[in-house]
Amino acid sequence: MKIYVPLDSAAKAVGADEVAAAIRSEADSRGLDVTIIRNGTHGMIWLEPLVEIDDGSGRQAFGPVTPEDVPALLDGKMESLGKVEDIPFFARQTRLTFARCGVIDPLDLADYEAHGGLVGLRRALKMSDAEIVAEVTESGLRGRGGAGFPTGIKWNTVLGAPADQKYIVCNADEGDSGTFADRMIMEGDPFTLIEGMAIAGIAVGATKGYVYLRSEYPDAIAVMNEAVAIARKNSVLGVDIFGSGRAFDMEIRVGAGAYVCGEETSLLNSLEGKRGVVRAKPPLPALEGFLGKPTVVNNVISLATVPVIMERGAQHYADFGLGRSRGTMPVQIAGNVKYGGLFETAFGMPLGELVNDIGGGTATGRPVKAVQVGGPLGAYMPLSKFDTPFAYEEFGEQGGLIGHAGVVIFDDSADMLQMARFAMEFCAVESCSKCTPCRIGSVRGVETIDRIARGDAAAIPLLTDLCETMTEGSLCALGGFTPYPVMSALTHFPDDFARQQEAAE
Amino acid sequence: MQYPTPAPTDAEISALIDEHMHLEGPLLPMLHAIQDSYGHVPQMAVPIIAKALNVTTAEVHGVISFYHDYRKAPAGRHILKICRAEACQSMGGKALAEGVLAKLGLDWHGTTANGNLTVEPVYCLGLCACSPAAMIDGKVVGRLTSERMSALLKEANA
Repeated sequence: MKIYVPLDSAAKAVGADEVAAAIRSEADSRGLDVTIIRNGTHGMIWLEPLVEIDDGSGRQAFGPVTPEDVPALLDGKMESLGKVEDIPFFARQTRLTFARCGVIDPLDLADYEAHGGLVGLRRALKMSDAEIVAEVTESGLRGRGGAGFPTGIKWNTVLGAPADQKYIVCNADEGDSGTFADRMIMEGDPFTLIEGMAIAGIAVGATKGYVYLRSEYPDAIAVMNEAVAIARKNSVLGVDIFGSGRAFDMEIRVGAGAYVCGEETSLLNSLEGKRGVVRAKPPLPALEGFLGKPTVVNNVISLATVPVIMERGAQHYADFGLGRSRGTMPVQIAGNVKYGGLFETAFGMPLGELVNDIGGGTATGRPVKAVQVGGPLGAYMPLSKFDTPFAYEEFGEQGGLIGHAGVVIFDDSADMLQMARFAMEFCAVESCSKCTPCRIGSVRGVETIDRIARGDAAAIPLLTDLCETMTEGSLCALGGFTPYPVMSALTHFPDDFARQQEAAE
Repeated sequence: MQYPTPAPTDAEISALIDEHMHLEGPLLPMLHAIQDSYGHVPQMAVPIIAKALNVTTAEVHGVISFYHDYRKAPAGRHILKICRAEACQSMGGKALAEGVLAKLGLDWHGTTANGNLTVEPVYCLGLCACSPAAMIDGKVVGRLTSERMSALLKEANA
């Protein structure tokens, strides 16, 4: 009998290790022949720890399982959730990037290959560099870190840049609150990222790659390091990939707790061993990136999506989506939500459907008040914008951004003035301090919001003016986008800013 | 994470530096290695690193002070990082964190008088669908309640 217990951090955080230990000891004491496989998570976090039992007739899911449930689980007396793929939250998804996540043992390369892994890399090895870049371009894949820049065009710039050394840098500094897609795939299907980086390297002529992985993700760091060692041993990485004569190798580098290092130029400085201050652009990192060499800087999900594009072809991927947002997006439904987790779907699903139908509304059962989409630099969307389709341009038109596709739900107890204040406070804590609007503006922002909280309505136009300065004058998205949460809170929830005023009077 | 007497010798620091000299951009991995071994980056390591990398001590100091992770002095025996970010706030994370700080009589980054626990803020652990979340000595904890938090504090003898 095989029993699957996720090793994903979110599953561990709610007791998966304890459940696995209980299964081991209970099975041993009963003399049962049980193999425990630590898989990734399927992404249905409210069901974690989600255990699957395969007695030879397919995997049956159970969850959430506690260590106390284990005897009943092994007696066959616990109620099953059925097959994972039949659970509505899962059945409604289109799993391309995350197709293997939760299914396979993350560190079993044979298992990875048995589920479509390495097909893309083998195909890429037979193609010319320009053909690979064209394939990625035609897929319509755009930067999943948030900026949404077409991946193929970025690759093409690096491909065309003559240099003795080029680099692939994976941005795994997933600092946005409400997002965990990068963590989930690195813990649940790390070879996908490795394969994607190898394909990128072959496509643009880069022989060296780095994953800049935040220190807040110790489990992901451990899994990725192991996966790289396994990939190297099996010539997925190295000086001669699968005997093709093509070389690509990579290293995992650990961040040091600076949110701003998720910004690509700041990340490159950090990787070089400098303070993580933002660089002015131009020069583009594609031309002068890591150590001044042409560098592809892509988000984890962008790179981890490349293998499926190469496996099934650009058209297959491009057939999903809406408008200029092609393919699928792993939407992370989080915060105060009943059914929280990762929901990979083609672009275009309305926000309200994601929150209410898929997410099931709030965990507290109170009415939804606001939804922050795109991390701490994303706008607070009110109910009136719930028909906005989840896609890059469509969110932009509504004064928001999808960012890395984190959706954080708040119930009606949320105080939007305090959320706006937090956005400014966060910017002040995390500012790299290079540019004045961000460094000083964020501190003044906190003070100005405190004035509003004390009932000083004259401070409201001042806050608006400050936000304009930050938007126009900041060097990167940290200072430049902090006005999104602040101004959306002020615009859509004016009562929270006025009520404070009445209280003061 | 328990650090008994973190007083490395020059030779010990140099050995850790040497392990990373072959890397491209070796400074962060070096600092991590030193902190992993001694619980902080001691001041005496700064000139040794600067000399090895042929940069000024000011530059090394600038890098150490830029990043939230690096400590100039050892923390308590246990480190509790409580997430302050939005998803955790939506599930009562703010009250939970304030409760811990009030109970221990600490501010953020403070260490209990018995030296057993340091409490730090963290901005997202990627546990946003099982918030509020925290991490104690690298072990993640989600769906925290005040009871569960009290149990964690008790385990750490805070």
